Amino acid sequence: MQGWVWALLAVIVMVVAGCGGGSSGGSTPAQTAAVNIQPLIVGQGPGSTVNLLSISVTVCVPGSNECATVDHIQVDTGSSGLRIIASQLPKSMALPQQTDAGGNYAIAECAQFADGYAWGPVKIADVKIAGEEAASLPIQVIGDAAFATIPDNCSSYGPAENDVTSFGANGVLGVGQFLQDCGSVCATYPSNGFYYPCPMSGGCLTTTLSDVLGLDQQVANPVARFANDNNGVIIELPAITSAGAVAVNGSLVFGIGTETNNGLGNAQVFTTTAAQGTLITTYNNQTFHYSLLDSGSSTYFFTDANIPVCAQTDPYAPGFYCPTATLNLNAVIRGTNGRSAALNFSVANAHDLTAAYPDHWVFNNLGAPTGAGGSDIFIWGLPAFLGHSVFTAIEGQTTPAGPGPFIAF
Amino acid sequence: MHTGLRKILAWLRRPCLIVALVSGAASAPVWASLGGDMESVDADQAAMNASEQITTSTEAYTVYELKTATGTVVREYLSLAGNVFAVTWNGPTLPNVRQILGDHFSKYTEAAQKQPGGHGHLLIRRPDLVVESSGRMRAFYGRAYLPQGLPQGVAVTDIK
Repeated sequence: MQGWVWALLAVIVMVVAGCGGGSSGGSTPAQTAAVNIQPLIVGQGPGSTVNLLSISVTVCVPGSNECATVDHIQVDTGSSGLRIIASQLPKSMALPQQTDAGGNYAIAECAQFADGYAWGPVKIADVKIAGEEAASLPIQVIGDAAFATIPDNCSSYGPAENDVTSFGANGVLGVGQFLQDCGSVCATYPSNGFYYPCPMSGGCLTTTLSDVLGLDQQVANPVARFANDNNGVIIELPAITSAGAVAVNGSLVFGIGTETNNGLGNAQVFTTTAAQGTLITTYNNQTFHYSLLDSGSSTYFFTDANIPVCAQTDPYAPGFYCPTATLNLNAVIRGTNGRSAALNFSVANAHDLTAAYPDHWVFNNLGAPTGAGGSDIFIWGLPAFLGHSVFTAIEGQTTPAGPGPFIAF
Repeated sequence: MHTGLRKILAWLRRPCLIVALVSGAASAPVWASLGGDMESVDADQAAMNASEQITTSTEAYTVYELKTATGTVVREYLSLAGNVFAVTWNGPTLPNVRQILGDHFSKYTEAAQKQPGGHGHLLIRRPDLVVESSGRMRAFYGRAYLPQGLPQGVAVTDIK
């Protein structure tokens, strides 16, 4: 009996919220109570990866009610801009093509990631999340059949991630500290490898001096383009036990100190480097100058040669840390403003844990070595977000704690 | 020569050209950095339109630092015997990884298909190849080396 009562209540709440939210086109899904909150889920994604933080996003042909809502879009504070795998959009949906400033070339992008690349055209869409809207936003459509030929220059960056399986999600919503994905490097240097001019006659140019792309044309952080609540985001996720969970629900809140529901409160602000958005972490008497809070990374990534690592052939946890017993560790994180905080975290035996709970997709105690010289990188991945409200402020945007970029929690 | 005959001969030559290109690609000596020699360092420098300078010189190896136009720095470790046994990179954009991994690139991409972990990180550990890649747009860090190719006395931690 309670079941249908709750269902009825939920419907009533959604209907009421829909009236109160009062925005956007007819095909937008019912909204939660506040205009600036969208539900998040951490759970098994389409790529069956652990700790995938995802959200639903609605994209529309600009100025129209022709919209599509795509779920399982990864939420990533480590990048900026919306990217959607083409197969997840209706075939009939014709988003306008982004061009260079002169309108001579279609623009395609080779989005670079540490684990590979994603290729596809830059399109223009109205992007709607909760009650917020970024109108006429440049986004990337990955794996678009009309841009099937991948330039050698792009495929040279590593493994291809042009479909849902290899990408690990239906797309990614980059809500990081930067306004654009590439920024001034791509607006300044030719042959930057990110953006490619494609003549209308077909194909894309790779060895051209005209592939610089203005900041306004680049794939951009949707949050900064909202009319309100545009200075950053909060990721709110509940704490879980050391056994992990099948899935957890949380919230993506837009704006910092712009509404009654997104104030900084007692959160500490750690300003980050302007060029890279990085912090400093000190762990085990070692200083890691390149440190990030990155919701798009599935674990704590740092190198400690004293922690055993599971074999790459391990079916459960290839390359993850597998200590004989769970390690309770601590580190100090420090911003460029000199503010610092001690953080406690745990690293369990990833093999034993994931083998013991094969239906669990969320864990707060997974770690893996970075390598990469080992000495300078400490990535606080999704486990660090569990049980916290983590603020990410966008570069140059005003907040009650001063302009971004910064991280706060 | 009769025009028609010339056309026929040209047509006949075409498959030969294709065969030559395919075999060239298969043996792939066009580029070869990791595992290659000094010439391959210069080939990388030319292919990436980078500047080149020696930054470190020890008894066991020399480090050639290549800097691309976007500011990404690639370091190539050349042993005294003349073999590139390690490469590292850091900068706002990825380097041409196929170029600097040379013949080892396909091993890297194949092994990577099986790795979980998100877009910010990738770690490949094979007996014959280690690739470690971290970071995100505007800040990439990576390192690749041949575990069996390290000169005597050189530790993995020396590769930075």
